[in-house]
Amino acid sequence: MNVARMGALTLRYFYLYRSSLPRLLEQLYWPVVDLLVWGFVTIYLRQFEGTLPNFLAFFLGGLILWDILFRSQVGVSVAYLEEVWSRNLLNLFVSPLRPVEFIGASMTIAIMRVGFTATVTLVIAWAFYGFNAFVMGAWLGLFMGSLILMGWAMGIFISSLIMRFGQGAESLAWGLIFLVQPVAAVFYPVEVLPTALQHVSQFIPAAHVFEGMRQVLDGAGPPTGHLVWAYGLNAVYLAASLTFFYATLREAKREGRLLRVGE
Amino acid sequence: MTYVRGSAKRPDPSRSPARQAGVLAVILKGTLAGAAGPPPENPSVPGAGPMIHPSDPPSAPPTPPVVSARDLTKRFSGTLAVDGLSFDVGAGEIYGLMGPNGAGKTTTIAMLLDLITPTSGEIRILGETYPKGRERILSRVNFSSTYVSLPLRLTVWENLRVFAALYGVRRPRERIRELLERFEIEATAGKRVGDLSSGQKTRVYLAKALLNEPAILFLDEPTASLDPDIADKTRGILRDIRREQGATVVITSHNMAEMESLCDRILFIERGRRLVEGPPREILERFGRATLEEVFLQVARREREPA
Repeated sequence: MNVARMGALTLRYFYLYRSSLPRLLEQLYWPVVDLLVWGFVTIYLRQFEGTLPNFLAFFLGGLILWDILFRSQVGVSVAYLEEVWSRNLLNLFVSPLRPVEFIGASMTIAIMRVGFTATVTLVIAWAFYGFNAFVMGAWLGLFMGSLILMGWAMGIFISSLIMRFGQGAESLAWGLIFLVQPVAAVFYPVEVLPTALQHVSQFIPAAHVFEGMRQVLDGAGPPTGHLVWAYGLNAVYLAASLTFFYATLREAKREGRLLRVGE
Repeated sequence: MTYVRGSAKRPDPSRSPARQAGVLAVILKGTLAGAAGPPPENPSVPGAGPMIHPSDPPSAPPTPPVVSARDLTKRFSGTLAVDGLSFDVGAGEIYGLMGPNGAGKTTTIAMLLDLITPTSGEIRILGETYPKGRERILSRVNFSSTYVSLPLRLTVWENLRVFAALYGVRRPRERIRELLERFEIEATAGKRVGDLSSGQKTRVYLAKALLNEPAILFLDEPTASLDPDIADKTRGILRDIRREQGATVVITSHNMAEMESLCDRILFIERGRRLVEGPPREILERFGRATLEEVFLQVARREREPA
Protein backbone atom coordinates (compact mmCIF):
# COMPACT_ATOMS: atom_id res chain seq x y z
CA MET A 1 0.00 0.00 0.00
CA ASN A 2 1.40 3.35 -1.03
CA VAL A 3 0.62 5.93 1.65
CA ALA A 4 1.79 8.81 -0.55
CA ARG A 5 -0.72 7.91 -3.25
CA MET A 6 -3.45 7.55 -0.64
CA GLY A 7 -2.42 10.93 0.70
CA ALA A 8 -2.58 12.43 -2.78
CA LEU A 9 -6.13 11.19 -3.28
CA THR A 10 -7.13 12.35 0.21
CA LEU A 11 -5.77 15.76 -0.73
CA ARG A 12 -7.91 15.63 -3.89
CA TYR A 13 -11.07 15.11 -1.77
CA PHE A 14 -9.98 17.77 0.70
CA TYR A 15 -9.65 20.27 -2.16
CA LEU A 16 -13.07 19.21 -3.45
CA TYR A 17 -14.80 19.66 -0.09
CA ARG A 18 -12.99 22.88 0.65
CA SER A 19 -14.23 24.42 -2.58
CA SER A 20 -17.79 23.08 -2.42
CA LEU A 21 -20.11 24.64 0.12
CA PRO A 22 -23.00 22.21 -0.65
CA ARG A 23 -20.76 19.21 0.07
CA LEU A 24 -19.49 20.77 3.27
CA LEU A 25 -22.96 21.64 4.53
CA GLU A 26 -24.17 18.12 3.81
CA GLN A 27 -21.89 16.88 6.57
CA LEU A 28 -23.96 18.80 9.11
CA TYR A 29 -27.28 18.76 7.37
CA TRP A 30 -28.60 15.25 8.01
CA PRO A 31 -27.53 14.92 11.64
CA VAL A 32 -29.18 18.27 12.45
CA VAL A 33 -32.40 17.45 10.55
CA ASP A 34 -32.67 14.00 12.16
CA LEU A 35 -32.04 15.41 15.61
CA LEU A 36 -34.72 18.07 15.17
CA VAL A 37 -37.42 15.77 13.77
CA TRP A 38 -36.96 12.85 16.14
CA GLY A 39 -36.29 15.15 19.10
CA PHE A 40 -39.68 16.80 18.63
CA VAL A 41 -41.35 13.41 18.11
CA THR A 42 -39.88 12.30 21.47
CA ILE A 43 -41.19 15.42 23.22
CA TYR A 44 -44.64 14.77 21.76
CA LEU A 45 -44.68 11.14 22.86
CA ARG A 46 -43.43 12.00 26.35
CA GLN A 47 -46.37 14.41 26.85
CA PHE A 48 -48.77 11.49 26.58
CA GLU A 49 -46.60 8.79 28.20
CA GLY A 50 -47.72 6.04 25.86
CA THR A 51 -51.45 6.86 25.97
CA LEU A 52 -51.56 8.90 22.80
CA PRO A 53 -54.82 8.32 20.93
CA ASN A 54 -54.67 7.61 17.21
CA PHE A 55 -50.88 7.54 17.25
CA LEU A 56 -50.62 4.88 14.54
CA ALA A 57 -53.01 6.76 12.26
CA PHE A 58 -51.20 10.07 12.86
CA PHE A 59 -47.83 8.49 12.23
CA LEU A 60 -48.72 6.46 9.13
CA GLY A 61 -50.87 9.25 7.71
CA GLY A 62 -47.96 11.64 8.20
CA LEU A 63 -45.54 9.21 6.61
CA ILE A 64 -47.72 8.65 3.52
CA LEU A 65 -48.52 12.32 3.00
CA TRP A 66 -44.92 13.37 3.59
CA ASP A 67 -43.82 11.02 0.86
CA ILE A 68 -46.30 12.65 -1.53
CA LEU A 69 -44.70 16.04 -0.88
CA PHE A 70 -41.21 14.55 -1.27
CA ARG A 71 -42.01 12.72 -4.56
CA SER A 72 -43.69 15.77 -6.03
CA GLN A 73 -40.66 17.97 -5.32
CA VAL A 74 -38.11 15.38 -6.43
CA GLY A 75 -40.14 14.68 -9.59
CA VAL A 76 -39.79 18.30 -10.75
CA SER A 77 -36.13 18.73 -9.72
CA VAL A 78 -34.97 15.41 -11.16
CA ALA A 79 -36.71 16.11 -14.48
CA TYR A 80 -34.36 19.10 -14.82
CA LEU A 81 -31.38 17.11 -13.56
CA GLU A 82 -32.05 14.31 -16.08
CA GLU A 83 -31.48 16.85 -18.88
CA VAL A 84 -28.30 18.08 -17.20
CA TRP A 85 -26.95 14.55 -16.74
CA SER A 86 -27.68 13.59 -20.33
CA ARG A 87 -26.27 16.89 -21.72
CA ASN A 88 -29.60 17.39 -23.46
CA LEU A 89 -30.50 20.76 -21.99
CA LEU A 90 -29.14 22.76 -24.93
CA ASN A 91 -31.16 20.67 -27.38
CA LEU A 92 -34.28 21.65 -25.43
CA PHE A 93 -33.36 25.32 -25.09
CA VAL A 94 -32.74 25.68 -28.84
CA SER A 95 -36.09 24.07 -29.61
CA PRO A 96 -39.36 26.06 -29.66
CA LEU A 97 -40.13 24.62 -26.21
CA ARG A 98 -41.00 27.47 -23.83
CA PRO A 99 -39.64 27.38 -20.27
CA VAL A 100 -43.16 27.21 -18.88
CA GLU A 101 -43.83 24.16 -21.06
CA PHE A 102 -40.69 22.53 -19.72
CA ILE A 103 -41.91 23.17 -16.18
CA GLY A 104 -45.38 21.90 -17.09
CA ALA A 105 -43.91 18.62 -18.35
CA SER A 106 -41.85 18.30 -15.13
CA MET A 107 -45.01 18.81 -13.07
CA THR A 108 -46.85 16.18 -15.08
CA ILE A 109 -44.13 13.59 -14.56
CA ALA A 110 -44.05 14.51 -10.85
CA ILE A 111 -47.79 13.76 -10.56
CA MET A 112 -47.26 10.40 -12.25
CA ARG A 113 -44.47 9.57 -9.79
CA VAL A 114 -46.65 10.64 -6.86
CA GLY A 115 -49.57 8.55 -8.13
CA PHE A 116 -47.42 5.46 -8.45
CA THR A 117 -45.79 5.79 -5.02
CA ALA A 118 -48.98 6.79 -3.21
CA THR A 119 -50.85 3.77 -4.58
CA VAL A 120 -48.16 1.40 -3.31
CA THR A 121 -47.81 3.02 0.12
CA LEU A 122 -51.59 3.25 0.70
CA VAL A 123 -51.98 -0.43 -0.11
CA ILE A 124 -49.05 -1.45 2.14
CA ALA A 125 -50.36 0.69 5.04
CA TRP A 126 -53.76 -0.97 4.73
CA ALA A 127 -52.46 -4.54 4.21
CA PHE A 128 -49.72 -4.57 6.86
CA TYR A 129 -50.95 -2.10 9.48
CA GLY A 130 -54.70 -1.99 8.93
CA PHE A 131 -54.54 1.76 8.32
CA ASN A 132 -57.08 2.93 5.77
CA ALA A 133 -56.13 6.45 4.70
CA PHE A 134 -59.46 6.78 2.92
CA VAL A 135 -61.16 7.26 6.28
CA MET A 136 -60.18 10.88 5.71
CA GLY A 137 -62.64 10.91 2.82
CA ALA A 138 -62.47 13.75 0.31
CA TRP A 139 -60.10 15.63 2.60
CA LEU A 140 -57.38 13.15 1.64
CA GLY A 141 -57.56 14.34 -1.97
CA LEU A 142 -57.36 17.98 -0.89
CA PHE A 143 -54.39 17.24 1.40
CA MET A 144 -52.61 15.44 -1.42
CA GLY A 145 -53.35 18.26 -3.87
CA SER A 146 -51.88 20.85 -1.54
CA LEU A 147 -48.73 18.80 -0.92
CA ILE A 148 -48.26 18.26 -4.66
CA LEU A 149 -48.48 22.02 -5.24
CA MET A 150 -45.94 22.69 -2.50
CA GLY A 151 -43.67 20.01 -3.98
CA TRP A 152 -43.89 21.69 -7.38
CA ALA A 153 -43.00 25.09 -5.92
CA MET A 154 -39.99 23.67 -4.10
CA GLY A 155 -38.97 21.60 -7.14
CA ILE A 156 -38.95 24.67 -9.40
CA PHE A 157 -36.99 26.64 -6.79
CA ILE A 158 -34.40 23.86 -6.49
CA SER A 159 -34.10 23.47 -10.29
CA SER A 160 -33.38 27.21 -10.44
CA LEU A 161 -30.65 26.82 -7.82
CA ILE A 162 -29.08 23.99 -9.84
CA MET A 163 -29.22 26.18 -12.95
CA ARG A 164 -27.50 28.95 -10.99
CA PHE A 165 -24.88 26.94 -9.07
CA GLY A 166 -24.37 24.00 -11.44
CA GLN A 167 -24.39 20.28 -10.91
CA GLY A 168 -22.52 20.64 -7.61
CA ALA A 169 -25.86 21.71 -6.11
CA GLU A 170 -27.72 18.59 -7.22
CA SER A 171 -27.85 17.16 -3.68
CA LEU A 172 -30.39 19.91 -2.94
CA ALA A 173 -32.85 17.93 -5.06
CA TRP A 174 -33.00 15.24 -2.37
CA GLY A 175 -32.06 17.22 0.71
CA LEU A 176 -33.58 20.69 0.79
CA ILE A 177 -37.12 19.49 1.48
CA PHE A 178 -35.96 17.92 4.75
CA LEU A 179 -35.02 21.37 5.98
CA VAL A 180 -38.76 22.03 6.01
CA GLN A 181 -39.65 18.75 7.75
CA PRO A 182 -39.08 19.85 11.38
CA VAL A 183 -41.37 22.87 10.97
CA ALA A 184 -43.88 21.03 8.75
CA ALA A 185 -45.08 19.17 11.87
CA VAL A 186 -45.35 15.88 10.01
CA PHE A 187 -45.28 13.55 13.04
CA TYR A 188 -46.26 15.93 15.86
CA PRO A 189 -48.52 18.96 16.22
CA VAL A 190 -47.22 22.49 15.70
CA GLU A 191 -47.75 23.24 19.41
CA VAL A 192 -44.80 20.93 20.23
CA LEU A 193 -42.43 23.32 18.49
CA PRO A 194 -40.72 26.21 20.27
CA THR A 195 -42.70 29.43 19.87
CA ALA A 196 -40.37 30.92 17.27
CA LEU A 197 -40.65 27.81 15.07
CA GLN A 198 -44.43 27.79 15.52
CA HIS A 199 -44.49 31.19 13.81
CA VAL A 200 -42.34 29.83 10.98
CA SER A 201 -44.60 26.81 10.51
CA GLN A 202 -47.59 29.11 9.88
CA PHE A 203 -45.94 29.91 6.55
CA ILE A 204 -45.38 26.27 5.57
CA PRO A 205 -48.33 24.88 3.57
CA ALA A 206 -47.45 21.32 4.63
CA ALA A 207 -47.77 22.27 8.32
CA HIS A 208 -51.40 23.24 7.69
CA VAL A 209 -51.99 19.98 5.81
CA PHE A 210 -50.60 17.83 8.63
CA GLU A 211 -52.50 19.80 11.27
CA GLY A 212 -55.62 19.31 9.14
CA MET A 213 -54.93 15.60 8.82
CA ARG A 214 -54.73 15.17 12.59
CA GLN A 215 -57.91 17.23 12.98
CA VAL A 216 -59.78 14.93 10.55
CA LEU A 217 -58.40 11.71 12.07
CA ASP A 218 -59.38 12.99 15.54
CA GLY A 219 -62.89 13.74 14.30
CA ALA A 220 -62.44 17.36 15.38
CA GLY A 221 -64.32 18.89 12.47
CA PRO A 222 -63.47 19.97 8.91
CA PRO A 223 -59.99 21.46 8.44
CA THR A 224 -61.27 24.26 6.19
CA GLY A 225 -59.15 26.99 7.74
CA HIS A 226 -55.94 25.00 7.42
CA LEU A 227 -56.68 24.15 3.79
CA VAL A 228 -57.43 27.77 2.87
CA TRP A 229 -54.08 28.75 4.36
CA ALA A 230 -52.29 25.87 2.64
CA TYR A 231 -53.68 26.59 -0.82
CA GLY A 232 -53.20 30.34 -0.40
CA LEU A 233 -49.56 29.91 0.56
CA ASN A 234 -49.05 27.44 -2.29
CA ALA A 235 -50.35 30.00 -4.79
CA VAL A 236 -47.87 32.56 -3.47
CA TYR A 237 -44.93 30.11 -3.44
CA LEU A 238 -45.68 28.78 -6.92
CA ALA A 239 -45.79 32.31 -8.33
CA ALA A 240 -42.55 33.16 -6.50
CA SER A 241 -40.73 30.02 -7.66
CA LEU A 242 -41.79 30.58 -11.29
CA THR A 243 -40.59 34.19 -11.09
CA PHE A 244 -37.31 33.00 -9.60
CA PHE A 245 -36.91 30.35 -12.34
CA TYR A 246 -37.39 32.93 -15.11
CA ALA A 247 -35.04 35.40 -13.42
CA THR A 248 -32.39 32.68 -13.04
CA LEU A 249 -32.81 31.67 -16.69
CA ARG A 250 -32.37 35.29 -17.80
CA GLU A 251 -29.23 35.58 -15.70
CA ALA A 252 -27.92 32.23 -17.00
CA LYS A 253 -28.32 33.55 -20.55
CA ARG A 254 -26.52 36.76 -19.66
CA GLU A 255 -23.63 34.91 -18.01
CA GLY A 256 -23.40 32.10 -20.58
CA ARG A 257 -24.17 29.46 -17.92
CA LEU A 258 -26.39 27.37 -20.18
CA LEU A 259 -23.29 26.42 -22.17
CA ARG A 260 -21.49 25.31 -19.02
CA VAL A 261 -24.24 23.10 -17.62
CA GLY A 262 -22.76 20.11 -15.84
CA GLU A 263 -19.91 21.97 -14.18
CA MET B 1 0.72 42.62 -24.33
CA THR B 2 0.89 38.86 -24.46
CA TYR B 3 -1.99 36.54 -24.92
CA VAL B 4 -1.13 33.22 -23.31
CA ARG B 5 -2.95 30.27 -24.76
CA GLY B 6 -5.51 28.82 -22.40
CA SER B 7 -5.36 31.68 -19.93
CA ALA B 8 -8.67 32.25 -18.18
CA LYS B 9 -8.62 35.99 -18.47
CA ARG B 10 -7.98 37.58 -21.77
CA PRO B 11 -7.01 41.16 -22.17
CA ASP B 12 -9.56 43.42 -23.73
CA PRO B 13 -8.26 43.66 -27.28
CA SER B 14 -9.77 47.05 -27.81
CA ARG B 15 -7.48 48.42 -25.09
CA SER B 16 -4.38 46.58 -26.25
CA PRO B 17 -1.52 48.93 -27.04
CA ALA B 18 -0.66 46.56 -29.87
CA ARG B 19 -4.07 46.99 -31.37
CA GLN B 20 -3.88 50.71 -30.93
CA ALA B 21 -0.57 50.69 -32.70
CA GLY B 22 -2.16 48.75 -35.52
CA VAL B 23 0.44 45.99 -35.24
CA LEU B 24 -1.10 43.00 -33.46
CA ALA B 25 -4.67 43.55 -34.42
CA VAL B 26 -4.34 44.38 -38.04
CA ILE B 27 -7.63 43.49 -39.55
CA LEU B 28 -7.81 42.36 -43.12
CA LYS B 29 -10.24 43.76 -45.54
CA GLY B 30 -13.59 42.27 -44.63
CA THR B 31 -15.30 43.46 -47.72
CA LEU B 32 -13.46 41.41 -50.24
CA ALA B 33 -15.40 42.88 -53.07
CA GLY B 34 -16.29 46.43 -53.75
CA ALA B 35 -13.74 48.25 -51.60
CA ALA B 36 -13.67 51.96 -52.18
CA GLY B 37 -10.08 52.93 -52.87
CA PRO B 38 -6.93 51.04 -51.85
CA PRO B 39 -6.41 51.06 -48.07
CA PRO B 40 -2.89 50.75 -46.65
CA GLU B 41 -1.06 47.44 -46.89
CA ASN B 42 -1.38 45.10 -43.92
CA PRO B 43 2.03 45.21 -42.19
CA SER B 44 1.80 42.07 -40.07
CA VAL B 45 0.49 39.60 -42.58
CA PRO B 46 2.70 39.78 -45.66
CA GLY B 47 0.79 39.35 -48.83
CA ALA B 48 -2.50 39.48 -47.02
CA GLY B 49 -3.65 42.55 -48.86
CA PRO B 50 -5.15 45.78 -47.64
CA MET B 51 -5.87 46.52 -44.02
CA ILE B 52 -9.45 47.12 -42.94
CA HIS B 53 -11.15 48.43 -39.87
CA PRO B 54 -13.35 45.97 -37.96
CA SER B 55 -16.28 48.35 -38.08
CA ASP B 56 -16.32 48.23 -41.87
CA PRO B 57 -19.62 46.84 -43.13
CA PRO B 58 -19.79 43.09 -43.67
CA SER B 59 -19.59 41.68 -47.16
CA ALA B 60 -22.94 41.32 -48.86
CA PRO B 61 -24.24 37.77 -49.10
CA PRO B 62 -25.10 36.46 -52.57
CA THR B 63 -28.75 36.02 -51.57
CA PRO B 64 -31.09 37.96 -49.24
CA PRO B 65 -29.84 37.55 -45.66
CA VAL B 66 -31.61 35.14 -43.31
CA VAL B 67 -29.12 35.77 -40.49
CA SER B 68 -27.96 39.29 -39.71
CA ALA B 69 -25.72 40.33 -36.86
CA ARG B 70 -24.90 43.99 -36.26
CA ASP B 71 -22.26 45.19 -33.80
CA LEU B 72 -22.75 42.01 -31.80
CA THR B 73 -20.85 42.28 -28.52
CA LYS B 74 -20.63 39.96 -25.53
CA ARG B 75 -18.73 40.78 -22.41
CA PHE B 76 -18.40 38.28 -19.55
CA SER B 77 -17.35 40.01 -16.33
CA GLY B 78 -14.54 42.01 -17.84
CA THR B 79 -13.66 39.59 -20.64
CA LEU B 80 -14.67 40.62 -24.11
CA ALA B 81 -15.70 37.42 -25.93
CA VAL B 82 -17.29 38.99 -29.00
CA ASP B 83 -16.43 42.51 -30.00
CA GLY B 84 -18.71 44.36 -32.40
CA LEU B 85 -19.17 41.51 -34.86
CA SER B 86 -21.28 42.22 -37.95
CA PHE B 87 -22.13 39.76 -40.69
CA ASP B 88 -24.93 38.57 -42.94
CA VAL B 89 -25.66 35.03 -44.04
CA GLY B 90 -27.66 34.66 -47.22
CA ALA B 91 -30.46 32.18 -47.83
CA GLY B 92 -29.06 28.84 -48.96
CA GLU B 93 -25.47 29.73 -48.08
CA ILE B 94 -23.08 27.45 -46.25
CA TYR B 95 -21.32 29.93 -44.01
CA GLY B 96 -18.32 29.01 -41.89
CA LEU B 97 -17.18 30.55 -38.64
CA MET B 98 -13.47 30.04 -38.19
CA GLY B 99 -10.91 31.06 -35.65
CA PRO B 100 -8.60 29.83 -32.91
CA ASN B 101 -9.94 28.46 -29.62
CA GLY B 102 -11.48 31.28 -27.63
CA ALA B 103 -12.00 33.42 -30.72
CA GLY B 104 -15.73 33.72 -29.99
CA LYS B 105 -17.26 31.25 -32.48
CA THR B 106 -19.30 29.26 -29.97
CA THR B 107 -20.42 32.40 -28.15
CA THR B 108 -21.54 33.85 -31.48
CA ILE B 109 -23.56 30.76 -32.39
CA ALA B 110 -25.01 30.66 -28.85
CA MET B 111 -26.17 34.26 -29.26
CA LEU B 112 -27.73 33.43 -32.62
CA LEU B 113 -29.66 30.62 -30.87
CA ASP B 114 -30.71 32.75 -27.87
CA LEU B 115 -28.63 30.66 -25.47
CA ILE B 116 -26.61 33.73 -24.57
CA THR B 117 -27.98 37.28 -24.40
CA PRO B 118 -25.71 39.76 -26.18
CA THR B 119 -24.36 42.68 -24.19
CA SER B 120 -25.21 44.88 -27.16
CA GLY B 121 -25.90 44.66 -30.86
CA GLU B 122 -28.70 43.28 -32.95
CA ILE B 123 -29.54 39.83 -34.23
CA ARG B 124 -32.15 39.26 -36.90
CA ILE B 125 -32.98 35.72 -37.97
CA LEU B 126 -35.51 35.04 -40.72
CA GLY B 127 -36.60 38.64 -40.27
CA GLU B 128 -37.37 38.19 -36.55
CA THR B 129 -35.61 39.22 -33.36
CA TYR B 130 -35.29 37.73 -29.87
CA PRO B 131 -37.08 37.51 -27.51
CA LYS B 132 -40.31 38.46 -29.31
CA GLY B 133 -39.85 36.06 -32.21
CA ARG B 134 -38.11 33.29 -30.23
CA GLU B 135 -40.68 30.58 -30.77
CA ARG B 136 -41.09 31.33 -34.49
CA ILE B 137 -37.32 31.47 -35.03
CA LEU B 138 -36.50 28.31 -33.09
CA SER B 139 -39.21 26.27 -34.79
CA ARG B 140 -37.53 27.02 -38.15
CA VAL B 141 -33.90 26.47 -37.17
CA ASN B 142 -32.03 23.61 -35.58
CA PHE B 143 -28.69 22.88 -34.02
CA SER B 144 -26.24 20.05 -33.58
CA SER B 145 -22.95 19.87 -31.78
CA THR B 146 -20.56 17.10 -30.98
CA TYR B 147 -20.49 18.48 -27.46
CA VAL B 148 -24.23 18.21 -26.88
CA SER B 149 -25.79 14.81 -26.38
CA LEU B 150 -29.20 13.20 -26.38
CA PRO B 151 -30.60 11.13 -23.49
CA LEU B 152 -28.42 8.04 -23.53
CA ARG B 153 -30.95 5.63 -22.01
CA LEU B 154 -33.56 6.34 -24.67
CA THR B 155 -33.39 4.53 -27.99
CA VAL B 156 -32.59 6.39 -31.18
CA TRP B 157 -36.22 6.09 -32.25
CA GLU B 158 -37.56 7.34 -28.90
CA ASN B 159 -35.21 10.33 -28.94
CA LEU B 160 -36.15 11.32 -32.47
CA ARG B 161 -39.85 10.78 -31.69
CA VAL B 162 -39.59 13.20 -28.73
CA PHE B 163 -37.86 15.88 -30.76
CA ALA B 164 -40.23 15.40 -33.70
CA ALA B 165 -43.06 16.17 -31.26
CA LEU B 166 -41.19 19.19 -29.85
CA TYR B 167 -40.80 20.62 -33.37
CA GLY B 168 -44.33 19.68 -34.40
CA VAL B 169 -43.09 17.51 -37.28
CA ARG B 170 -45.91 16.19 -39.45
CA ARG B 171 -45.81 12.48 -40.23
CA PRO B 172 -42.96 11.92 -37.76
CA ARG B 173 -42.59 8.17 -38.42
CA GLU B 174 -41.91 8.74 -42.11
CA ARG B 175 -39.57 11.63 -41.42
CA ILE B 176 -37.55 9.66 -38.87
CA ARG B 177 -37.29 6.65 -41.19
CA GLU B 178 -36.16 8.88 -44.04
CA LEU B 179 -33.43 10.47 -41.91
CA LEU B 180 -32.22 7.16 -40.48
CA GLU B 181 -31.85 5.86 -44.03
CA ARG B 182 -30.12 9.00 -45.18
CA PHE B 183 -27.51 8.71 -42.44
CA GLU B 184 -27.28 4.93 -42.85
CA ILE B 185 -28.25 4.24 -39.24
CA GLU B 186 -31.55 2.38 -39.73
CA ALA B 187 -30.17 -0.57 -37.75
CA THR B 188 -29.67 1.60 -34.68
CA ALA B 189 -33.32 2.69 -34.38
CA GLY B 190 -34.08 0.31 -31.50
CA LYS B 191 -30.74 0.74 -29.75
CA ARG B 192 -30.07 3.01 -26.83
CA VAL B 193 -28.05 6.08 -27.80
CA GLY B 194 -25.60 5.24 -25.01
CA ASP B 195 -24.78 1.95 -26.74
CA LEU B 196 -23.79 3.56 -30.04
CA SER B 197 -20.30 4.35 -31.32
CA SER B 198 -19.35 8.03 -31.29
CA GLY B 199 -19.75 8.18 -35.08
CA GLN B 200 -23.24 6.72 -34.89
CA LYS B 201 -24.14 9.13 -32.11
CA THR B 202 -23.03 12.10 -34.18
CA ARG B 203 -25.21 10.93 -37.06
CA VAL B 204 -28.19 10.58 -34.72
CA TYR B 205 -27.57 14.15 -33.49
CA LEU B 206 -27.50 15.34 -37.10
CA ALA B 207 -30.71 13.44 -37.82
CA LYS B 208 -32.31 15.21 -34.85
CA ALA B 209 -31.10 18.54 -36.27
CA LEU B 210 -32.80 17.86 -39.59
CA LEU B 211 -36.12 16.61 -38.21
CA ASN B 212 -37.97 19.88 -38.73
CA GLU B 213 -36.45 20.53 -42.19
CA PRO B 214 -34.82 23.67 -40.80
CA ALA B 215 -34.47 26.82 -42.84
CA ILE B 216 -31.20 27.42 -40.97
CA LEU B 217 -28.99 24.75 -39.51
CA PHE B 218 -26.37 25.68 -36.92
CA LEU B 219 -23.60 23.10 -36.62
CA ASP B 220 -20.78 23.19 -34.10
CA GLU B 221 -18.00 20.80 -35.13
CA PRO B 222 -20.46 18.39 -36.77
CA THR B 223 -17.88 15.94 -38.07
CA ALA B 224 -15.41 16.03 -35.18
CA SER B 225 -15.83 12.37 -34.21
CA LEU B 226 -16.56 10.87 -37.62
CA ASP B 227 -14.22 8.73 -39.68
CA PRO B 228 -13.22 10.25 -43.04
CA ASP B 229 -15.75 8.20 -44.99
CA ILE B 230 -18.76 9.12 -42.85
CA ALA B 231 -17.52 12.70 -42.51
CA ASP B 232 -17.40 12.96 -46.30
CA LYS B 233 -20.90 11.50 -46.60
CA THR B 234 -22.13 13.96 -43.98
CA ARG B 235 -20.72 16.86 -45.97
CA GLY B 236 -22.50 15.44 -49.00
CA ILE B 237 -25.77 15.34 -47.06
CA LEU B 238 -25.33 18.97 -46.01
CA ARG B 239 -24.82 19.96 -49.65
CA ASP B 240 -27.89 17.94 -50.63
CA ILE B 241 -30.00 19.58 -47.94
CA ARG B 242 -28.96 22.98 -49.17
CA ARG B 243 -29.78 22.00 -52.76
CA GLU B 244 -33.09 20.26 -52.00
CA GLN B 245 -34.49 22.46 -49.23
CA GLY B 246 -32.59 25.67 -49.85
CA ALA B 247 -31.42 25.41 -46.25
CA THR B 248 -28.80 27.76 -44.87
CA VAL B 249 -25.97 26.21 -42.87
CA VAL B 250 -23.86 28.08 -40.33
CA ILE B 251 -20.98 25.84 -39.35
CA THR B 252 -17.89 25.90 -37.14
CA SER B 253 -15.13 23.37 -37.56
CA HIS B 254 -11.44 22.98 -36.92
CA ASN B 255 -11.22 20.78 -39.99
CA MET B 256 -9.82 23.35 -42.40
CA ALA B 257 -10.11 21.15 -45.48
CA GLU B 258 -13.77 20.64 -44.64
CA MET B 259 -14.39 24.36 -44.31
CA GLU B 260 -12.57 25.00 -47.56
CA SER B 261 -14.57 22.46 -49.53
CA LEU B 262 -17.95 23.04 -47.90
CA CYS B 263 -18.34 26.75 -47.26
CA ASP B 264 -19.47 29.39 -49.73
CA ARG B 265 -18.09 32.07 -47.45
CA ILE B 266 -16.07 32.06 -44.27
CA LEU B 267 -15.91 34.55 -41.44
CA PHE B 268 -12.55 34.40 -39.73
CA ILE B 269 -12.86 35.61 -36.16
CA GLU B 270 -9.94 36.62 -34.01
CA ARG B 271 -10.43 37.71 -30.39
CA GLY B 272 -14.10 38.22 -31.00
CA ARG B 273 -13.59 40.49 -33.98
CA ARG B 274 -14.03 40.03 -37.68
CA LEU B 275 -10.63 39.42 -39.22
CA VAL B 276 -11.63 38.54 -42.73
CA GLU B 277 -14.75 37.41 -44.53
CA GLY B 278 -15.30 35.96 -47.96
CA PRO B 279 -15.18 32.84 -50.14
CA PRO B 280 -12.35 30.47 -49.14
CA ARG B 281 -10.50 30.99 -52.43
CA GLU B 282 -10.41 34.75 -51.94
CA ILE B 283 -9.17 34.37 -48.38
CA LEU B 284 -6.33 32.17 -49.62
CA GLU B 285 -5.43 34.73 -52.26
CA ARG B 286 -5.52 37.54 -49.74
CA PHE B 287 -3.20 35.75 -47.35
CA GLY B 288 -1.07 34.34 -50.15
CA ARG B 289 -1.44 30.85 -48.74
CA ALA B 290 -2.27 27.52 -50.35
CA THR B 291 -4.66 26.19 -47.73
CA LEU B 292 -6.94 27.49 -45.01
CA GLU B 293 -4.88 25.52 -42.52
CA GLU B 294 -1.86 27.67 -43.36
CA VAL B 295 -3.98 30.80 -42.94
CA PHE B 296 -5.25 29.51 -39.62
CA LEU B 297 -1.75 28.75 -38.36
CA GLN B 298 -0.51 32.13 -39.45
CA VAL B 299 -3.27 33.93 -37.57
CA ALA B 300 -3.27 31.69 -34.50
CA ARG B 301 0.51 31.80 -34.02
CA ARG B 302 0.69 35.51 -34.58
CA GLU B 303 -2.03 35.94 -31.96
CA ARG B 304 -0.06 33.97 -29.41
CA GLU B 305 3.19 35.83 -29.99
CA PRO B 306 4.13 38.81 -27.86
CA ALA B 307 3.19 42.01 -29.59
